Amino acid sequence: MSLSEQQIERYSRHIILQEIGGIGQEKLLSSKVLIVGAGGLGSPAALYLAAAGIGTIGIIDADKVDMTNLQRQIIHHTSDVGVEKVKSAADKMRAINPDVTVKTYHQFARADNIRDIIGDYDFVIDGTDNFPAKFLINDACYFEKKPFSHAGILKFYGQLITVLPGKSTCYRCIFNAPPPAGAVPSCSQAGVLGVLAGVIGSLQATEAIKYLLGLGKLLTNTLLTYDALEMEFRAVKLNRNPNCPLCSENPQITELKDEQQQVCDLKKG
Amino acid sequence: MKLIVNGKENNLAEGLTVSRLLVEQKVKPPEMVSVELNGRILKRSEFENTTLNEGDKVEFLYFMGGGGNVSK
Repeated sequence: MSLSEQQIERYSRHIILQEIGGIGQEKLLSSKVLIVGAGGLGSPAALYLAAAGIGTIGIIDADKVDMTNLQRQIIHHTSDVGVEKVKSAADKMRAINPDVTVKTYHQFARADNIRDIIGDYDFVIDGTDNFPAKFLINDACYFEKKPFSHAGILKFYGQLITVLPGKSTCYRCIFNAPPPAGAVPSCSQAGVLGVLAGVIGSLQATEAIKYLLGLGKLLTNTLLTYDALEMEFRAVKLNRNPNCPLCSENPQITELKDEQQQVCDLKKG
Repeated sequence: MKLIVNGKENNLAEGLTVSRLLVEQKVKPPEMVSVELNGRILKRSEFENTTLNEGDKVEFLYFMGGGGNVSK
């Protein structure tokens, strides 16, 4: 594969970088990244990965755009309210970059479908908004041996970690299982500074690109935490957990299952 | 005794257990965090009976799910 003149122009700022060059850009154009969730984190990730020329970008989301999304899910516009999120996202990605093939999955990620979908991709970005989905993605990526970026945001805080299944600390090494109902608020209960989605989602896209190009140091065995008010990033070093229920020598989890969706007893809204 | 909690030095009472540290640091409920002690993630069942020592490094790792309505 060689780059067209238009592509050389489009990606010139990548190509100039010694560490990337035309070869690196071709690598990106032949890569495939899956984004689970076309929401807060998925939005900036999708926009930047499309701009970067990732050849195939998959995006999974069962929802439609809602007014409350617009404060932070910047891939969606006011005119998209009521539209399927994957369609809204795909339209913007294609408008940024016609080189990109966007595959949309208008469905929930579940134990019975996620492994088949993940299998087609090189890297996965967790942009989901609930714990059962986060554990599902962690487990599915482990069974499919797919590297992925886990992240979450809440109030004025965010965090992320890159997982190389079987090699580095996984989500279950740190967090055994979903928290009990009511223990942890969601953004709809506690709120979130919208722009945090941009900060953390962009970092996820950066990790994806670094992985695909084999560049730099990945955020493995490290939970990067961000406190926006204190303007503080901390890199918390972690080790693989010898008691991890998934990726240790004696796993308790040997097949993919949907974690119970805990019904929260706090009043919504 | 000196403890390093989330990267910051704290002067705290001797004989503190992890459970009591969580209360002292106002982490409520304790189920919202995982605890790493000197590089090792503790089992929740260890919180009550793990006593902290001078110079121990403790990290509270918070569950952060994000987004939407919890009971979808």
